[in-house]
Amino acid sequence: MMLFMLLFSRQGKLRLQKWYMAYPDKVKKKITRELVTTILARKPKMCSFLEWKDCKIVYKRYASLYFCCAIEQNDNELLTLEIIHRYVELLDKYFGSVCELDIIFNFEKAYFILDELLIGGEIQETSKKNVLKAIASQDLLQEDEAVEGTLRDIGLL
Amino acid sequence: MYPYYEQDWSVLPPENNRRFNPAFNMATIRQAFTEAVERVRMPTPTRLRDLIRQIRAARTAAEERAVVNKECAYIRSTFREEDSVWRCRNIAKLLYIHMLGYPAHFGQLECLKLTASTRFTDKRIGYLGAMLLLDERQDVHLLITNCLKNDLNSSTQFVVGLALCTLGAIASPEMARDLASEVERLMKSPNTYIRKKATLCAFRVIRRVPELMEIFLPATRSLLSEKNHGILITGVTLITEMCENSSDTLMHFKKDSGNREIVPNLVRILKNLILGGYSPEHDVSGVSDPFLQVKILRLLRILGHNDPDASEAMNDILAQVATNTETSKNVGNTILYETVLSIMDIRSEGGLRVLAVNILGRFLLNSDKNIRYVALNTLLRTVHADTSAVQRHRTTILECLKDPDVSIRRRAMELSFALINAQNIRTMTKELLLFLEKADAEFKAQCSSGMILAAERYSPTTRWHLDTQLSVLIAAGNYVRDDVVSSTIQLVSSSPVPEQTYITNRFWESLQVANHCEDKQPLLQVAVWAIGEYGDLFMYGANEDEFERPTESDLIAVYHKFLTSAQVSTTSKQYALVSLAKLSTRLQQCVEEIQALITSFGSHLNVDLQQRGVEFTQLFGHYKHLRPPLLEKMPAMQISRISSQNGESGGGSFDDNSPDVIENGVEGGGSGGHPLIESNMNTLGDNTNILLDLLGSTDLSAGGAGDLVAATDLSNAVHKKNSRNANDVAAPVSNNQDLLDLLDLDLSTTSSTTTGAPAGGGGGGGGILALAGDNNQSSVANMNNMLGGLDLGGFGSGLDGSVSIPTNGNDLASMLGGLGGISATSAPLAAPAAVGNLIEGHAGNLLGDLNPTAASNNVLVPPQGPRLTALDKDGLLVQFVSVRGNDCMRIYMTTTNSSDNTLEQYLLKAAVQKSFQLQMLTPSGSVLPPGGVITQEMRVVATSNATLRMRLRIQYVLDGQQQVEQTEVSGFPEQQPSAAEE
Repeated sequence: MMLFMLLFSRQGKLRLQKWYMAYPDKVKKKITRELVTTILARKPKMCSFLEWKDCKIVYKRYASLYFCCAIEQNDNELLTLEIIHRYVELLDKYFGSVCELDIIFNFEKAYFILDELLIGGEIQETSKKNVLKAIASQDLLQEDEAVEGTLRDIGLL
Repeated sequence: MYPYYEQDWSVLPPENNRRFNPAFNMATIRQAFTEAVERVRMPTPTRLRDLIRQIRAARTAAEERAVVNKECAYIRSTFREEDSVWRCRNIAKLLYIHMLGYPAHFGQLECLKLTASTRFTDKRIGYLGAMLLLDERQDVHLLITNCLKNDLNSSTQFVVGLALCTLGAIASPEMARDLASEVERLMKSPNTYIRKKATLCAFRVIRRVPELMEIFLPATRSLLSEKNHGILITGVTLITEMCENSSDTLMHFKKDSGNREIVPNLVRILKNLILGGYSPEHDVSGVSDPFLQVKILRLLRILGHNDPDASEAMNDILAQVATNTETSKNVGNTILYETVLSIMDIRSEGGLRVLAVNILGRFLLNSDKNIRYVALNTLLRTVHADTSAVQRHRTTILECLKDPDVSIRRRAMELSFALINAQNIRTMTKELLLFLEKADAEFKAQCSSGMILAAERYSPTTRWHLDTQLSVLIAAGNYVRDDVVSSTIQLVSSSPVPEQTYITNRFWESLQVANHCEDKQPLLQVAVWAIGEYGDLFMYGANEDEFERPTESDLIAVYHKFLTSAQVSTTSKQYALVSLAKLSTRLQQCVEEIQALITSFGSHLNVDLQQRGVEFTQLFGHYKHLRPPLLEKMPAMQISRISSQNGESGGGSFDDNSPDVIENGVEGGGSGGHPLIESNMNTLGDNTNILLDLLGSTDLSAGGAGDLVAATDLSNAVHKKNSRNANDVAAPVSNNQDLLDLLDLDLSTTSSTTTGAPAGGGGGGGGILALAGDNNQSSVANMNNMLGGLDLGGFGSGLDGSVSIPTNGNDLASMLGGLGGISATSAPLAAPAAVGNLIEGHAGNLLGDLNPTAASNNVLVPPQGPRLTALDKDGLLVQFVSVRGNDCMRIYMTTTNSSDNTLEQYLLKAAVQKSFQLQMLTPSGSVLPPGGVITQEMRVVATSNATLRMRLRIQYVLDGQQQVEQTEVSGFPEQQPSAAEE
């Protein structure tokens, strides 16, 4: 089970945080700070895994963004890399060649996509198509509500 | 009327449209429409984006803070006004602010309000906020339960989806209990979108509250017969969690899981995946649904663990996966990695295991560092089960020692140590030495100790062993641990004479190389020890290897350099001074120079070195005649394998203690055997004191030659492990030096009054053993009492035969020879010295053989290990070292007093949680003079799985005033409850 996922930039700015374990806010901040420093200090030739406390950290850099996951001891770290990659592919499909700015300005979308891929730190859907379909349908639902709201606003409904 | 009017009014021609107004044309309508959309729409592209832009435009942290504070103030005000129109947008902004690290807890309740809204947009943001902001430690989070319950019953699948997702991320035990039945209902939903989410929610519920597993069991039956991969993967995940959690459930699944047995069912799914052909929906670089494959492989591993039948049923498919998987990409290797883990963990066929190790061997050659890393990690886990299979990849593993990645190097090093055996020790050591030379500082200590252990266990010849030891000392420099120093000294001392000469010559050569003395102090210590000890051989013995000897003045010049260098540590200087004193009896010309050098330390700033300087100077003056016998060669030491294998050797303490013993001895001698009360530093201070008391007050008649015979008999008896004398307590070899020095120096004054203490045979031998065996908590205090008792009562009968000196070969002779002209009366004194040694807690091999528990219990010099500092205040330092025993954890408390005051009536009280039992043994004393030490052993037995914490209350009297300190200690190593230890 994945314990948490962090996205941060090369400058160490947090872009996304998803916690599947209940930590108090202070601890979350401490963990984030610690991991961001540790990972940014690692050289590119080093492997993507590190042992940290009683869990394993798997991280991978995509352009200017680091994707960092904490998994349990008996989880497969190579598979976690695949999950990260799958998430990046989904973001890419959704935003159309995603960049860091997309995730900054549409962070809620990035969360929604992650929530369609993972629940409780475990993968729920292995088909990219299904994830994107679910996101698209929910976006449509929002659009409909917006239109409906507007129509009501200007007295047309 | 116009029934179509409402539906499609804008496209009607103007003449049919009664509301037609020339000003109300398409352009204005569109504009009004967009404006309205922009105003109400959730993702608020304008306002949220504006805020993000503003924040990003801030050039300094202060500027950013100002923007954020202003916005937060605004958001708070809208929350107060119960503005429901903009709530959604405001929460979205707050979430962004939260991610930047600013407090956002005031949005918690607003999130709950959003989730209760009927609009999907509100719910989506509301639940997102709830997942990010709610904290299960605060009761507020329970307010969402009702909302979740409503939404779990919603008719819109996406609303149910949101609720399930939220529950899956933040379910607290209370929420899990309240909503488990809802989740169970949704697990049976025909809608796959809801069903897969509900299944993972059940996974989360079980994680939080394992007792709830029962209610989900029936619903898992059908999950594995589904076609949909979402259902399959979530189902496998849930079943895996259940099986890992309870062995009953594991049995339940093995026996009955719906229509089919679970193992064949999983095998079928896996087979379909790998042979089923291309399916674009689930394909990842040519592999069909690796996520699902890995999950199935992991569940198979749990099912096949220790189950021959289940393992048999999955052998074929594992072999198929292992051979059919495409390995050019990470995906394929992911699956292979999981397959290997499964093969290793189940009762798989031998051929399959070899295949698995070979896959890992291939991994080691992979260009991807991640794959090399997992390969090494996995090999490390399996090396003890399949050593020979792993051995075949030795060269590849050694190659990994040169990997650019530090984590890979570390794993490779650990694995290399696991692979060393008698056949490959030479080549492995060569590679590891190369590694050690270049290794980072963090590796050097671990690597050098590992190499020493391996060399000790497998070395083919003494010469090779000595060379290796030297190479390690050179390569690891100051990073070697103390155990390496002591084990090298032991090794040299127990080697035959030609080897001693040889290695002393090598040590000398290595010292010649520049900067060795500062960066390689452990080497310096060993080298000066050897040169001092074997100075005669070194300078004037047979010169077989055409070694270029230094002149005596060169030698002294080198010592001078060390002793005056500011970079050389005090410990090294201590070694050098003793060595120099020894050399004074070995060299022929330069005795005056040595004396001058030693005398110059008489005013050294370091008290310890000064004391050595003063005391050794005495040996050049008034007690000149004593110098040669006192500084005789050390008897050979046995290599204490047990201790060094544990990595907590007597060596470390040897290092620390020996100087004190010498000094205490001299001082004691000088002022009549009683002056040590304020003597310095160590436990030994007290112990030696006792010993000297003992010696001083033993007023027995002369023992003479008879005692010598008795003692020799005893030592022989020890060697033969004669059962009659089997309870002889032996002095540990590593401390012989201390003993001898102690004895020798002691004798210089006390020999006239002290004679033949332990006379006679092994009659009263029970005494000390009783102490060691029955009285497990034997602390110094007990020893004191015991010895005191013996002292007052029948000293002769009490100690007789219970004490002996462990000797091998010529040792006793040489030891006695060392006493030289002082006559045989000194022989018996060796025996009490051995007692002293026992007190020191260095009880060595022989004692260990006889009664291992007793041996370890006697340890008062705490074993090496991580020290927990409980209190460090005004010079009072209380530290703990804990060691896991068979059934309890032993915690050794050491209190040292580095202040200038004497603390009296020192008392340590400790309390632990109810789930632990604490037993405190008698402390070694209650008075702490400046520099004094009190030790105490505690035993903790855990009755449950809790983490040990200890509350301490420390009382003492300082200047007549009662002082109390309270503190709490935690961070002890994890201790399993004893019940779980089978």
